[in-house]
Amino acid sequence: MARARRLLPIYGLLLPGMVLYGLWAAYPLISSFILSFSEWNLTKPTVFIGLDNYTRALSDALFWRSLSSTLGYTIVTVAGQLILGLGAALLLNQRIPGRSLLRLIYYLPVITSWVIVSLVFLFIYNGQAGALNWLLKDVLHLIPKNIAWLAEPSTALWAIAILGIWKGIGWTMVVFLAGLQSVPRELYEAAAMDGAGAWARFRYVTIPFLRATSTFLIVVLTIGGFNAFISIFVMSSSATGTIGGPLNSTDVALTYMWKQAFTQIDLGYGAALSFLLAAAIVVVSIVELRLARRQETA
Amino acid sequence: MGHRLGPAWMRWVALGIAVALAILMLAPFALMVSTAFKPHAYVLEIPPKLIPDPLTLDNFVEAWTSNNFGRYFLNSMIVTIASTIISVTLSAMLGFVFARYEFPGRRLLFGALLFTLMVPGLVLLIPQFVLARNLGLLNSLWGLVIVYAVLNLGLNTFLLRGFFAAMPSEIFDAASVDGAGPWRIFRSVAIPLAGPGVATVTIFSFLAAWDEFTWAIVTISDKDLYTLPVAIRLFQRANGTEWGLVFAASLIAMIPVLILFVTLQRYIVSGTFQGAMKG
Repeated sequence: MARARRLLPIYGLLLPGMVLYGLWAAYPLISSFILSFSEWNLTKPTVFIGLDNYTRALSDALFWRSLSSTLGYTIVTVAGQLILGLGAALLLNQRIPGRSLLRLIYYLPVITSWVIVSLVFLFIYNGQAGALNWLLKDVLHLIPKNIAWLAEPSTALWAIAILGIWKGIGWTMVVFLAGLQSVPRELYEAAAMDGAGAWARFRYVTIPFLRATSTFLIVVLTIGGFNAFISIFVMSSSATGTIGGPLNSTDVALTYMWKQAFTQIDLGYGAALSFLLAAAIVVVSIVELRLARRQETA
Repeated sequence: MGHRLGPAWMRWVALGIAVALAILMLAPFALMVSTAFKPHAYVLEIPPKLIPDPLTLDNFVEAWTSNNFGRYFLNSMIVTIASTIISVTLSAMLGFVFARYEFPGRRLLFGALLFTLMVPGLVLLIPQFVLARNLGLLNSLWGLVIVYAVLNLGLNTFLLRGFFAAMPSEIFDAASVDGAGPWRIFRSVAIPLAGPGVATVTIFSFLAAWDEFTWAIVTISDKDLYTLPVAIRLFQRANGTEWGLVFAASLIAMIPVLILFVTLQRYIVSGTFQGAMKG
């Protein structure tokens, strides 16, 4: 009785949040998993079809293509954000004037909505009079004629990846800065006294201390890369008229899933694709953590 | 504080690179701002002019008055504020209980909450859409409020649990000895001490709801119920070349975010640190 009286207010505090969570996160997740084994399209009665959605996905060439595009996009954006984010963090870790203003500037894209930055880059990549064409053709003379960056199958996904890198540098930088501030200053002083130059101190003091931070960033940024959606959705449909265009060259896992679920209204197949993607993310994260651990012990 | 990495000239090189990077980061914003102040005919001029000539405020006036953006701004405000209040309140209650009390089911419930942090958002999109449809929450601002509140619940609970767990036990013990129950301790001891934590999750929830696009575009088709990201996007789709108007509307949408960012910057950074710690 006393125990119940003790526990009652505790569960009372939990109740509203857990009910909301249960109804809008746990229940949808479980029901979606069950329905990924069904033909489910809101108009006809739902029919259980076993593993059909999953086997269909495995032999769906466009799905595989979207997965490989996702992987390419992820590798490019993770590498770009890591290198530039680390560079920015190292710069701002120096005693240079205007550091807090610079940090604010680098962080500005992080807090700007995906829709807005996608529209800005759509404008920059404009095939006729966009700022990028002007810069590369009229100012730097690097290209002979204007390029429709988002309408060319060979350039579209790269152009979108550059937006992804630009938007994520600031966040990566802030996390690296936190890691850099954990390096004891005495270590730098000791290394300098032993005659280590700037590069040697970076290589043998800074880098080892940033290992855990880098692992964290690689895992989180990879998950972000796999979840790329809004920029591709907005830019490809505005530039080419089709989501994932031109010629499916910017179709990533989520745009493909979106089209199956909300354009074809094939919700069961869309759900199966979403769970395959989730599984892929888990596998990739585990591989990354394993590799990082091996690096540490090696 | 930063450390010195070599002679003074190196610092000037570092400053030079840092400024060059800053220009790259700012260039898209500069283009957006200057375009928003240009008359329509000058939007795609070659070479692009940074300082508009002639300069006009027409885009802002037109975006605000003739395209219903006032309404969309209000919709975004209502949805963002309501979902932020719900999310922060409920996750503070959850975080407090998970941090300070032992009870049956604690590990299971907390684990379940954390699990959704790992599920990609779009996995939930399809079943949430069906649920919203069955509950009559399509084309409703309430549908947005509820889903945005849930969107941040896991992460907010995780961050706030950290704040509550770091508080010294003595103050809670003293309150318990005085006969205060969990609700009173929560309201009069824990919350007043949790200011920075609450500020951090409030900012994150606000930003996430204010910028959310995917759920809004799936569930809202009634023009009067658009939020700003949806309105801006569809506006661009309908008036592809009116970039001045599109960017004027975008800048209006960015104002609350910028105000929040400039005034509460330190909480955003400390929140990112918290995020880094979870790794």
